[in-house]
Amino acid sequence: MTTNTVTKLSAKEVAQLVLEGKELFIIDVRNETDFADWKIEGRSVEIINIPYFDLIDGVDPALDQIPDGKPVLVVCAKEGSSIFVAEKIAEAGRSNVSYLEGGMKSWSEYLEPVKVADLTAGGELYQFVRIGKGCLSYVVLSEGEATIIDTSRMIDQYEVFLQSKGVKLVHTIDTHLHADHISGGRALAEKYGSTYHLPEKDAGEVTFYYEKLEEGKDITVGGERIIVHPIYSPGHTIGSTSFIIDNRYLLSGDILFIESIGRPDLAGLAEDWVGDLRETLYSRYKNLSEDLIVLPAHFGKITELGEKGLVSGRLGDLYKQNPGLNITDEGEFRKTVTENLPPQPNAYQEIRQTNMGKINPNEEEQREMEIGPNRCAVHDN
Amino acid sequence: MTTTLKVDRILECEGLACPLPVVKTKKAIEELNTGEVLEIKATDKGSVADLQSWAKRTGHQYIGFKEETGIFRHFIRKADPTETKEDVKFQYTASLDEINNKLASGEKLNILDVREPAEYAFGRIPGAISIPAGELEARYNELDRDKEFHVICRTGSRSDMVCRTLADKGFSRLKNVIPGMTEWAGDVEKDV
Repeated sequence: MTTNTVTKLSAKEVAQLVLEGKELFIIDVRNETDFADWKIEGRSVEIINIPYFDLIDGVDPALDQIPDGKPVLVVCAKEGSSIFVAEKIAEAGRSNVSYLEGGMKSWSEYLEPVKVADLTAGGELYQFVRIGKGCLSYVVLSEGEATIIDTSRMIDQYEVFLQSKGVKLVHTIDTHLHADHISGGRALAEKYGSTYHLPEKDAGEVTFYYEKLEEGKDITVGGERIIVHPIYSPGHTIGSTSFIIDNRYLLSGDILFIESIGRPDLAGLAEDWVGDLRETLYSRYKNLSEDLIVLPAHFGKITELGEKGLVSGRLGDLYKQNPGLNITDEGEFRKTVTENLPPQPNAYQEIRQTNMGKINPNEEEQREMEIGPNRCAVHDN
Repeated sequence: MTTTLKVDRILECEGLACPLPVVKTKKAIEELNTGEVLEIKATDKGSVADLQSWAKRTGHQYIGFKEETGIFRHFIRKADPTETKEDVKFQYTASLDEINNKLASGEKLNILDVREPAEYAFGRIPGAISIPAGELEARYNELDRDKEFHVICRTGSRSDMVCRTLADKGFSRLKNVIPGMTEWAGDVEKDV
């Protein structure tokens, strides 16, 4: 009889299985609290939770639940416990057993570049899907130049991408001061001598130099080829700014998602910003072309991922289907966006402080702060 | 500041990653006697939630943890199956409400806490004195036979045994406080 071996799968490999809709059976061996907080999700993912400390004496409780013949992926926080459990499952005679390299820590950090389209004026637009956390960032390429919008903290993954495309980074832009993840925009701009842009109204307390985002002050990529046109769209934060790119794509930041809308409470001013949020969603956006393709800064549910993982939707369609755009009564709207909101993102206060440059946590601390889902929408429950 | 708490065994898990701290804890607990306390020193932050969750599932008593310069010191007491039984035999008892009311009215009580030092350190009734049940034979002479004592433990079982032992030694004014610290909602004093 041959001994079954355990295979190592990287976050990238698992992400691709998830995005391709391959059947995947996962045993998550973290403790129940961590599992309840966040886990790997996907249309064809079946996942169960059995803490590794229930499997120290034997993996029978797990074996009973693994469907016959299905490949099994064991997942934990960092990887140690998943190797421990995966090896025991393989020893018990199961084949096709693997573990997630680097655990949920690396799952949270992986970015999958998904091509949105070739731009009509020449160039390409990519959406970087941070599948483990639900964050979306965008890379605009044209004529050897690049601009990144809502950059994630793991700047090395953008660097590898930009090098492979042979382009120079000219701008990094944040649509608003983020509360759910640490922006890599400033660090990346500093490293490549590019310009970092931030809405002035969100930057009251920042400790560094930035270029003010203003409606009417276009940003260009690839000479004058691609125009990134800012639109002031407050509500999630007071400075939130959206962008129209190539007259076709609306980068809506954390104001409008595919199946939900932004929450106004993460900077502590829900009551004040409800009016702004309504004005942006029910009037400013309403006046834009219905044919614009909305590209948000987050997804909340895995069902928002389309083909190959792309998260997008036609503005006109969202006005028909998105519950957050269909609340006619103002009082009810106010209630929806201020009451019964999902829990706030992990460490969101510290994350905001970090994005303002007021505190400088080390990489391990930053990673720790970002653990868990993004929770930036009102309907993430 | 490192405080030393008397425990029955110390398990060094510094530098070890998951799953080792829990695997080693499980083995160490198996080797202890019921009621004994294990201290686990770990550097893995994940050990906090995992050990708490493991103790809860296995029924062992997770007393608490203390973080000192990057080291997590966990205290776990091996569960005593008899402790959860409601077989309090000593006839004189006092309820937690009685204790709370007396203390609130300013009455001075001699509360004898017979739990392990680590349990005592992580939360006791203010002013309670500590003599772990296991040290009673050696130390009962520290107590004045003529005084009244309210004896407390976690669930009322160790204190019941202590009351009976002390009664045999000639103590006449004893009360077993039931159910014990598990249900105590009043003020606590701690060393950690």
